[in-house]
Amino acid sequence: MFDDLRDLYQELILDHGRKPRNFRRLEDATNHARGDNPMCGDRMELQLKLSGDVVEDLGFQGRGCAISMASASLMTETVKGKTTAQAHALSDRFRALAMTGACPECGADLADEMERLQPLAGVHEFPSRVKCATLAWHTLNAALDGGKEASSE
Amino acid sequence: MSFDVRAIRADFPVLATTVRGKPLAFLDSGASAQKPRQVISAMTRCMESAYANVHRGAYYLSETATEAFEASRRAVQVFLNAAMPEEIVFTANSTMAINLVAHCYGRGVMKPGQAVLATEMEHHANIVPWQMLRDATGIELRFARVTDAGELDMEDVAAKLADGKVGLVAVTHMSNVLGTVTPAERIAQMAHAAGAKVLFDGSQAAVHRRVDVQALDADFYVFTGHKLYGPTGIGVLYAKHALLERMPPFLGGGDMISSVSLAGSTWAPPPAKFEAGTPAIVEAIGLHAAIDYVTAIGMPAIEAHERALVEHAMRKLSEVEGLTLLGQAQDRGGVFAFALDNAHAHDLSTLLDRAGIAVRAGRHCAEPLHARFGLEGGTCRASFGLYTTPAEIDFLAAALVKAREFFA
Ligand SMILES: Cc1ncc(COP(=O)(O)O)c(C=O)c1O
Repeated sequence: MFDDLRDLYQELILDHGRKPRNFRRLEDATNHARGDNPMCGDRMELQLKLSGDVVEDLGFQGRGCAISMASASLMTETVKGKTTAQAHALSDRFRALAMTGACPECGADLADEMERLQPLAGVHEFPSRVKCATLAWHTLNAALDGGKEASSE
Repeated sequence: MSFDVRAIRADFPVLATTVRGKPLAFLDSGASAQKPRQVISAMTRCMESAYANVHRGAYYLSETATEAFEASRRAVQVFLNAAMPEEIVFTANSTMAINLVAHCYGRGVMKPGQAVLATEMEHHANIVPWQMLRDATGIELRFARVTDAGELDMEDVAAKLADGKVGLVAVTHMSNVLGTVTPAERIAQMAHAAGAKVLFDGSQAAVHRRVDVQALDADFYVFTGHKLYGPTGIGVLYAKHALLERMPPFLGGGDMISSVSLAGSTWAPPPAKFEAGTPAIVEAIGLHAAIDYVTAIGMPAIEAHERALVEHAMRKLSEVEGLTLLGQAQDRGGVFAFALDNAHAHDLSTLLDRAGIAVRAGRHCAEPLHARFGLEGGTCRASFGLYTTPAEIDFLAAALVKAREFFA
């Protein structure tokens, strides 16, 4: 009945949705932000540990659908160890990917990272679900921009 | 007239739609119902041959339109069994009707030191206007509790009325999440005994049951056209005439005045006093057609059909492993909010959509109620209309079993 939905709910997404990585509180966070999707009640709290301009560690907590949890989980994995400029670039590209299914600006740099995020590209065919996938990245931007306190509400 | 669901379905053009090759199972009528051809053509006919502004022109078309607009008001009066047409105020929807009462009765008539009593199971439309009233005037706002079964806790209602401060009880006649039908007559009696007026949010109830505002002794009763198979943009406030006379106007402008000078104005009598500006004329015609449509089928027949659907759904859904139903009220209508143990409501609705099943996911404008049941993440909701069939419910139940396997 739902076989064609395996494009959206790939095994990797279901796995990250069930067992999100970096789902924890950071003891030594320097930045954090809260992300809310009032439409559906998804909510996340993201913490970063910045060292200079490198995102040394990330942790998140919250609740949401499989897509939003998997997206947050993959986001923390891809952004860990990147510079803030790279994190912003990934955020822009991911949002383009989620909205259009393609990423024209994905050149040679960060290609591996974008490859890892590719399983989420399927959401672009589900307009009401794009926000689920982008919530984590909006929250990341807010945490990067806002210093200690930020909110993406 | 016997209830023939196949003939009824044939009246609703959209029900013939397929979604990605699958027949549409529209189970979101509680959010907004589909429209029968009778409503669509009445509105088209009005625009093609009988449209002009109302209450303004002394020429043929305007008089025709005015007569049709006022005929709609009389149809609403009969539908609710109001004592007179002047007790029917047209609004944009239920939300506006409740805001009108909060403004004109809450601010205009109630006094500081009084309280409004709502409940935990209200739609945001019957919570937020009272919070705004509280914040602007200091009128207290209380909420009666909901039991674990999803019924109104009547002891709590009595306790919260006991000090005699409550000036208005504002309560849903049927929950849009739990399906619970509240004991409206008893609530009205209790409110009146405590010296309070009572407002019923009939947005859901008026679609599924015969409503008699005089038998209920309701002071205010609101409903919204688009859930009653009518158009968007039109809703109804019923209020006892004496209350409408006491209340100051809502919006100011044309139609609501009796005379205007630059120094000041005097108000038209109700209902015009509350209907400033050009109203939703075509939509009123559509609402009239919708009322004629359900009346011809018969509200008792619609209620009987839906009772059978509710029993069927209770049985079928409780067989689905891992499914939690929100609300187990004795008296309930065709609204079922549920959660699956291994799938988030949003993921579930995406899956069901693939099968052609339209359900709503989220908190259905009832965040406090979801918090009350520890389901902040939301639920899926299937809600029925007069065109819903047992086969659609079977299909939903089968799809839920498959969805649970999908996420296993
Ligand atoms: C119980 C209840 N009250 C109020 C409303 C608000 O109706 P409307 O949006 O038409 O004003 C709804 C519909 O969503 C409802 O179900």
